Amino acid sequence: MKDFATLFTALDQTTKINAKVAALAHFFGQASDADRLWTIAILSHRRPKRTVTTTLLRQWAAQESKLPLWLFEESYHIVGDLAETIALVLPTTEVAAQQDHPLSYWVNYIKALGALAEEEKHEQVLAAWRQMDKQERFIFNKLITGGFRLGVSQKLMVRALSKHTGIDENSLAHRLMGNWSPDSTTFEELVIAANPADDISKPYPFYLAYALEDTPEALGEPADWQAEFKWDGIRGQLIVREGELFVWSRGEELVTDKFPEYQLLREKLPDGTVLDGEILPYKEGEVLSFNVLQTRIGRKNVSKKILEKAPVVLRAYDLLEWQGQDLREQPLGERRILLEQLLASQDFGDTLQLSEQVAFTDWAELAQIRENARQYRSEGLMLKQKSSAYRSGRKKGDWWKWKVDPLTIDAVMIYAQRGHGRRANLYTDFTFAVRDGDALVPFTKAYSGLTDKEFRAITKWVGKNTVERFGPVRSVKPTHVFEIAFEGINASTRHKSGVALRFPRISRWRKDKPIEEANTIEDLKQLLQQYGG
Amino acid sequence: MALLEFTKKGIFCPQANVYIDPWRPVDRALITHGHADHSRFGHKSYLCTTTAKPVIRYRLGPIAVQTIDYGKEIDINGVKVSFHPAGHIIGSAQIRLEYKGEVWCVSGDYKIENDGLSEAFEPVKCHAFITESTFGLPVYTWQDQATIFKQINDWWRQNKAEGKVSLLTAYALGKAQRLIYHLDESIGTIYTHGAVENVNEVIRQQGIHIKPTTRVRQAIKSKAFIGNIIIAPPGAVGSPWVRRFKPLSVGMASGWMSLRGARRRRAADRGFVLSDHADWEGLNQAIAETGAERVFVTHGYTEIFKRWLRDQGYDAHIVATEFEGELSEMNSTEGEEQEA
Repeated sequence: MKDFATLFTALDQTTKINAKVAALAHFFGQASDADRLWTIAILSHRRPKRTVTTTLLRQWAAQESKLPLWLFEESYHIVGDLAETIALVLPTTEVAAQQDHPLSYWVNYIKALGALAEEEKHEQVLAAWRQMDKQERFIFNKLITGGFRLGVSQKLMVRALSKHTGIDENSLAHRLMGNWSPDSTTFEELVIAANPADDISKPYPFYLAYALEDTPEALGEPADWQAEFKWDGIRGQLIVREGELFVWSRGEELVTDKFPEYQLLREKLPDGTVLDGEILPYKEGEVLSFNVLQTRIGRKNVSKKILEKAPVVLRAYDLLEWQGQDLREQPLGERRILLEQLLASQDFGDTLQLSEQVAFTDWAELAQIRENARQYRSEGLMLKQKSSAYRSGRKKGDWWKWKVDPLTIDAVMIYAQRGHGRRANLYTDFTFAVRDGDALVPFTKAYSGLTDKEFRAITKWVGKNTVERFGPVRSVKPTHVFEIAFEGINASTRHKSGVALRFPRISRWRKDKPIEEANTIEDLKQLLQQYGG
Repeated sequence: MALLEFTKKGIFCPQANVYIDPWRPVDRALITHGHADHSRFGHKSYLCTTTAKPVIRYRLGPIAVQTIDYGKEIDINGVKVSFHPAGHIIGSAQIRLEYKGEVWCVSGDYKIENDGLSEAFEPVKCHAFITESTFGLPVYTWQDQATIFKQINDWWRQNKAEGKVSLLTAYALGKAQRLIYHLDESIGTIYTHGAVENVNEVIRQQGIHIKPTTRVRQAIKSKAFIGNIIIAPPGAVGSPWVRRFKPLSVGMASGWMSLRGARRRRAADRGFVLSDHADWEGLNQAIAETGAERVFVTHGYTEIFKRWLRDQGYDAHIVATEFEGELSEMNSTEGEEQEA
């Protein structure tokens, strides 16, 4: 695994994109096909199934390091990464000139643990740790625990692979989509010889929009642009090919079984149809809040009750494949005509709906419409250039999301916890409260929105103003007021405050406000009444 | 009456009427070493080791400083006081106090490994030991410095081969001189930031050899830095001062670089795990060697370290001080500044 460890170190030591691509391309050039395939799998979040629980790993690591478990756990809270904590505390062994095994060897080693009894697993894991250096142990642990972030996006990986193979990036991105695992394919099959059309379930890479930072005037002629409401659901791709239906979420997850409502489209849509749209909770002519959808995402079984409570529809905004033809290179305007014709061709009930265009003549008028987007349970607007092709990944220029300004509330920080990964050792995870008479009622957590400098300042402050410690969580003296921004608000029985926020984050540190000027629970309830559901 | 008390002004010995590294102005201060959180302005008189004095004088100006050699004992109102090497920086000391057969020792900051420049750490037998715990977690274990300096010199060499300037950050007093001591000057010229060079000059004047270094001056052409190395305080990174060095590779040498999260948070290209504080093993070894039964933990991961020491059978306590403690640990982006 030395070569993979070297790759890892190289990726970890630089923030420069070109250096990362070069290191990856170099690795692809040297590694075996099996290692290449596993590297692609790991970088596209296809990790081997977990065969050892983290509870056992913690116990074994503490034991092997002769540390009490509590001390190991405390260390973990501070390091913020289990695989790293284990690698750091294990005693350094004199690594004799061991035979170096490739990445794929260790992946198979870990997979084989699944069939073993606990005692044998223990022996195998110890044997592995004892023949590795720190960096290899870290990688080995990461392979077991998952969540391997190498600071390399799928986009970068594809670029490096393209450099290595000479295959065009877009084509590679498409080949790497969909339902494969290193066990079901080979590097040759997946990357070199692949014909995406062979796999009828294979989705197209999603085209993702950037947020519009400026005013839309900079985009030019309003007539060149198509506007739609932006819906708060799950981005999805619906595929009908050879009489079968597949639904993919943006996270490249096959979610067909989670949404049985779409099965009726299998017969209604002709073979060779791929739609891009939003999976939305919808009932009796109304879009429901994302909260409703959330209640069914995590469930293994979609019960009748759930189907009744949180039914979904697909609001389609693009047609990527029609009659088996890839339409992505055609201008949006033409795809749109075909999409509208398709949706008008028969009665799809509520299940398949068109994402309507928003009519406007100038930008000022559109800005006005955006202001009121929340009334329609929309998050704002999408702007798409009518002449644009359907591109892959996040690309600037043709598609923009123009969201409504978030809702905000001024809240008091009452708990703090250290972050993970890049923010390990800094207090970055906070719980906020609103006032209720003299009391403070916690209502949300928020993790992001401050600068590193502000996080450092607040970290220093937390150290000096801790009231109580609850494991990794500290309660602090209520002192600081922060403006919390969020996209939506819903009633919740799970929270003390009775509300749940959508995408809460810190928008500003209100150093100008004492806690007496923070918002109250009544303010929160009023927002709930106005915007909640 | 305990031999040492913990007061708002600092660690106090009532019998001798002296404070150790006090953070509020007092009449008589015993100083473990010259870093700013231990050696502060405003005391009427200072006592430190002979080798620590020049830097303290340089930093604090015309103050009343007396000096004492390591291992030499003085009597202050019946309390026998002596200074013993702490291995942290040049002149750094642990301070031993003995009264009626009871011995206490204040460690200040210390490290076990002999860095070749500071007077090497010596364990002091005592009944009560006041220790730092900056890196008092088992995740912090240092490799020997030869390994780390090889990494640093290799990095410099690599940068030179790629036509880059190397900028290595380190606290101006202590770490900077340690780095210079171990850099391979056959690779190129060692340049220094003014804050580092000022300290170098003070130390050279006291007769300690430090390799030739060149102060970065406006007059030096930017091209001259290519292939060479610059030692600067962490604060210099991100300031306009570094703009003239390009193409640039930035390295940071600090114990905090042990953690991947801390490394990634910095804008540095490379992090080298090098500290002037004891690691986990070092802290435990030092405490064991004192033979002390009572241990007071000052700054660092105090809560956790205290609990660990109690597990090990020590009568351990936390002492709140204004030494840069857990705060600095977390607020470590500027690296050595807080670690020092």
